[in-house]
Amino acid sequence: MINIPMEHALIVAILLFIIGLAGALMRRNLVYILLSVEIMLNAAGFAFVVAGARWMQPDGQVMFIFILTMAAAEVSVGLALILRIYHNLKTMDADDVSKIKPN
Amino acid sequence: MQNLLWTIPFLPLAGFLILSIGSKWLSPKASSTIGVSTVAISTLVSILVAIEFISGIGTSHIFKQELGTWIDVPGFSSNFGFYLDSLSMVFVFIVSFVGFLIHLYSAFFMKDDEGIVRYFAWMNLFMASMLILVMADNLLMLYLGWEGVGLCSYLLIGYWYKDPKNGYAGRKAFIVTRIGDTAMAIGLFFLFRSFGTLNINEILHYVSLEWISGSPDAKIAALLLLGGAVGKSAQLPLQTWLPDAMAGPSPVSALIHAATMVTAGVYLIARTNLIFSMAPNVMLLVAAFGAIILVLAGFSALVQSDIKRVLAYSTISQIGYMFLALGVGAWSAGIFHFFVHAFFKALLFLAAGVVIIRLKEEHDMFKMGGLRKKMPLVFYTFIAGAASLSALPLVTAGFFSKDKILMDAFLSPDSGIVLWIAGLVGAGLTALYTTRMIILTFFGDMKIEPEKISSKALNIPLVILAVLSIVAGYIEMAPLHLFSKFMAFSLPELNQPEGAALGFILPVISGLVVFTGIFLAWYFYQKRPEVTYNIKKSAIGSFLYNLWFNGWAFDEFYDKVFVQPYIFLARINKNDFIDLFYTEISNLMIRLNDWALLTQTGRLRWYLALITVGVIFGITIIIFL
Repeated sequence: MINIPMEHALIVAILLFIIGLAGALMRRNLVYILLSVEIMLNAAGFAFVVAGARWMQPDGQVMFIFILTMAAAEVSVGLALILRIYHNLKTMDADDVSKIKPN
Repeated sequence: MQNLLWTIPFLPLAGFLILSIGSKWLSPKASSTIGVSTVAISTLVSILVAIEFISGIGTSHIFKQELGTWIDVPGFSSNFGFYLDSLSMVFVFIVSFVGFLIHLYSAFFMKDDEGIVRYFAWMNLFMASMLILVMADNLLMLYLGWEGVGLCSYLLIGYWYKDPKNGYAGRKAFIVTRIGDTAMAIGLFFLFRSFGTLNINEILHYVSLEWISGSPDAKIAALLLLGGAVGKSAQLPLQTWLPDAMAGPSPVSALIHAATMVTAGVYLIARTNLIFSMAPNVMLLVAAFGAIILVLAGFSALVQSDIKRVLAYSTISQIGYMFLALGVGAWSAGIFHFFVHAFFKALLFLAAGVVIIRLKEEHDMFKMGGLRKKMPLVFYTFIAGAASLSALPLVTAGFFSKDKILMDAFLSPDSGIVLWIAGLVGAGLTALYTTRMIILTFFGDMKIEPEKISSKALNIPLVILAVLSIVAGYIEMAPLHLFSKFMAFSLPELNQPEGAALGFILPVISGLVVFTGIFLAWYFYQKRPEVTYNIKKSAIGSFLYNLWFNGWAFDEFYDKVFVQPYIFLARINKNDFIDLFYTEISNLMIRLNDWALLTQTGRLRWYLALITVGVIFGITIIIFL
């Protein structure tokens, strides 16, 4: 088994997180924003797994399973919200649904 | 019967509740039936109580009834308790009996008025408050009734509220009496601080034990109570509200502003007579104020053209007589004048009400005239009341009461002669303006044809009151002096030297003064009206006319000294200096809120970016600090 240094793995995690964040900030389609959030979650989960492997502990993988479960719940709620928004406003554009603006 | 004491005030109160809750559904007929019948039953009860009271006078002079506790906290308790001695018996009888006659009159007088339910509700509330006032056994309950009648007075003066003038008159009455009421409330606090109780008998008991005559405490207490009395009774210096109070319907003026409420001050002073006896200077002040106002108001009544304003000034003047009597310690004479005054003044107002309603709301006496033939019954009853008011010797009740006051004033040790002369001048003026009123209203040429109304029902109270204004004086006739003996059970008797010779001379003098007044009125207004006209046209005549017409310019004086400066100050401080500071704080908050609102764009990605920046910022701080 090739020994990959922890730093390299963490850099991958950071890159993944930045990709997700950039996607969430730049995309206007709500579905893509949700996707980007998933990427960020996976980046965090990946960092847990890396840390678990570094210290030879199972906790990192346990955390990842938690994150996976939570992500599934979050996606189901988020998708339901997006569907409702699409039904009511006929748009998926996050900037167009800024209805709470005061004036 | 003693156990039924509570029903006397509570029946009208029940009437008020029924009328005010059911005002939407009750027909005019039903509401006047309810309004009159509650007072009628209450009057019946009070007459039965009076019969039992008088028949049992040898054994117990006092009826008491406790209904329960009103307020009970550590250091203070007050009961709903009724207390009936001969003083309150007279007031209860007058209030309920005259009140009943006026209610009966109102049922026909007001029958076409759209607000009749409201009218009877307030009249019943007034009756309840007034009866509570005179039957209360403690000062707190007396104050409850006191404020209740003030409220009803305000409501009923402004009864025809669509005319802003009436509302103004109501507010004026309310605010001016409020000044006196405030003094009285402070007086109650003062008495409570001194003795730790508000029960009238306990207070009087402590007063006689602990205070010495002329002590500062007694003076302060007497002055504060006097403040309340002059406000409610329209005496110097708070008399200005009563002439304006004539804006209300005539029966209201008869009930509230002639027979009952305005004499509450007399009742208060008589009820707390021991406190006043302990302060001889204040007593002298009461007598002096009474003497001054009875002359001032007499002059004002002389030049009024509104028939009701004549009667209003005459009421002020007659209550001045009562204060004069109280001030010289002639308690029962003052109460006797109240007793008689209630009959004839209510009668005069009710008769004036008939005249006014038949002349289509015409108040100006100079536009009346010649009504003698058109409404004979009103004319004769009016004559009876007027004769009693001007104290026509021997045949009228007013003569006996006024003469007794004059005699007691004359015999009082301090400055009795001055007070007596003032009283005589007042008596002459009373005869003068009363005769003038009769001449202008009922004699001469007819200027307005009176409308036909079926006034049979209106006549009943007029006739009863007319009979009473003539015969009521006989219960005080020598040698029996029944009324004084009755009063002696609750009020101290006046100790004075017996003046047998004076006993005949004084009434003769006052009788001559009255006839002089009547003669002068006949000469100036019937025989030679052009003389009066010329006097009125001359410089000094027109000055005096204007001065008297405006009630000695008290209103202007108060306006200049109190109202205008107050309005001036209020205008300067329109923005409220102190409040500015707090307004600025709230303005700052609003501005900060505006800035914070700018971040609330509703743009999801913008929020996300801000969160990211915030998290990076937070992590940076944690790492590097």
